[in-house]
Amino acid sequence: MNVAIVGVGIHPFGRFEGVTGLDLGAYAARRALQDAGIEWRDVQFAFGGSLAGLLPGSDESVQADQLVNLLGLTGIPFTNVHNGCATAGSMLAMGAALIESGQYELGVCVGFDRHARGHFNVRPEQTGLPHWYGDLGFMVTTQFFAMKINRYMHDFGITNSTLAKVAAKNYRNGAANPNAWRRKPLTEEEILRSPMLNYPLTQYMFCSPDEGAAAVVLCRGDTAHRYTDRPVYLRAVSVRTREFGSFEVFAPGLAVERSHSPSVDAAAACFEHAGVTPDDVDVAQLQDSESGAEIMHMSETGLCADGEQEAMIRAGETEIGGRLPINTDGGLIANGEPVGASGMRQVHEIVLQLRGDVGERQVPGAPRVGFTQVYGAPGVSCCTLLTT
Amino acid sequence: MTTRVPIAEGVFTWPSEQPRLLGARCGDCGTHTFPAQPGCPRCGSEAMGTVELADRGTLFTFTTQGFLPKAPYAGSETEADFAGYAVGYVELPGEVMVETRLTALDPGSLRIGMPMRLVVVPFRTEPDGTEVMTYAFAPAGNEGDEA
Repeated sequence: MNVAIVGVGIHPFGRFEGVTGLDLGAYAARRALQDAGIEWRDVQFAFGGSLAGLLPGSDESVQADQLVNLLGLTGIPFTNVHNGCATAGSMLAMGAALIESGQYELGVCVGFDRHARGHFNVRPEQTGLPHWYGDLGFMVTTQFFAMKINRYMHDFGITNSTLAKVAAKNYRNGAANPNAWRRKPLTEEEILRSPMLNYPLTQYMFCSPDEGAAAVVLCRGDTAHRYTDRPVYLRAVSVRTREFGSFEVFAPGLAVERSHSPSVDAAAACFEHAGVTPDDVDVAQLQDSESGAEIMHMSETGLCADGEQEAMIRAGETEIGGRLPINTDGGLIANGEPVGASGMRQVHEIVLQLRGDVGERQVPGAPRVGFTQVYGAPGVSCCTLLTT
Repeated sequence: MTTRVPIAEGVFTWPSEQPRLLGARCGDCGTHTFPAQPGCPRCGSEAMGTVELADRGTLFTFTTQGFLPKAPYAGSETEADFAGYAVGYVELPGEVMVETRLTALDPGSLRIGMPMRLVVVPFRTEPDGTEVMTYAFAPAGNEGDEA
């Protein structure tokens, strides 16, 4: 693929007063433009993703393209993207395709959201489910994560201590990230002793909905040096949805015949398209909606085999400075999850790591290959492969 | 006498001495769904017929609900008296895995792979005293908690 990322921008993640999601998105977009040394009027196309306005009780904009009122009405094609947790990745996939097609050379993808506490409580009818399913208390996404990791721990010998180690690592990495929301390191013991929200997951093992924005400037690969002396190349981006038999959220019934998660297919397609293997990855960003998700996504993406996580995490291999650093910016656990921005934050962090200028949390040894993966409702995954 | 009504029509047979969950079976590929639905999630066929599902199975996985869920949850508990509930998937052999409340709350009393059986239990009581009933699964060794 002949596409480069020549600018990245982020608005810190957390909770903010007196701003709208559009304000956060505009901030991140301006930062990305500045980073690429271009103006909004240079941009030939844009994708914007934000989901908050579609959720019950929100007063946020339902259309990301209202950003043009803040950035400039230049007449470019601006496409709104709503694709659940894969919103950011879907923007990158479509942006890359537009450049690959030869239609445009330079574009912006910006994701943003503002979610209040508990914002992900959707009504059953919104996801095609019967009313009684919500009545009975099944429309709670955290139950799904807990049931998936409970079975995985049973099948592959993952321990509670390892769940806590993942969260502790991500809080520690978040403490070194000025844009993170949760910047206080927590010990394994504090994590294990926090209230049990959904067995076996405790409060501090979960990420929370919050607010934030991130943006990238994409250009045709062979023009990248016009904008930067340190381009990062987008080698592949793949989006996949659930197959029959996958273990998914909001499912009153699931097939007895078991199949794998869409992350397995998305990652395999991504590596194949990029022509690299999981062994080549120097730094990864994986969806850690809770600690168990990071553990399961390590194997679903092919970065390790099922069950290897227990020893790898105990040995510190996923720490900054380990063999395979994961979620070096603190992941979702330290940054929270503004859905439209979350996948773009992952890409933002990989770009900084590959440029080599991320300060205290820099992965040593000049990493050259980075990987990102998101997974979420309603059973969708997106992976990207980035290289220097 | 207390009036008892099911949480919704068409979810389980009720009233019945031996209640059963209602699902659908695909006439083309044999796939079962819960609840019944008009298209087959495996092959796309529309030849779906309503069937009674097995009332026994094994526990595939489980969790507990440690905090009072917000809407759309319709239980009658308050923050003060919320005792939690357990949720799991029970695999009905050769049919489908159903998401269900479990009658046991303590994770220590639940074990992946344990045999489970269908029960119908009170979910909440309306102001007029009507009991709203739901399906749930109980450890199959425990015979004392059927409604």
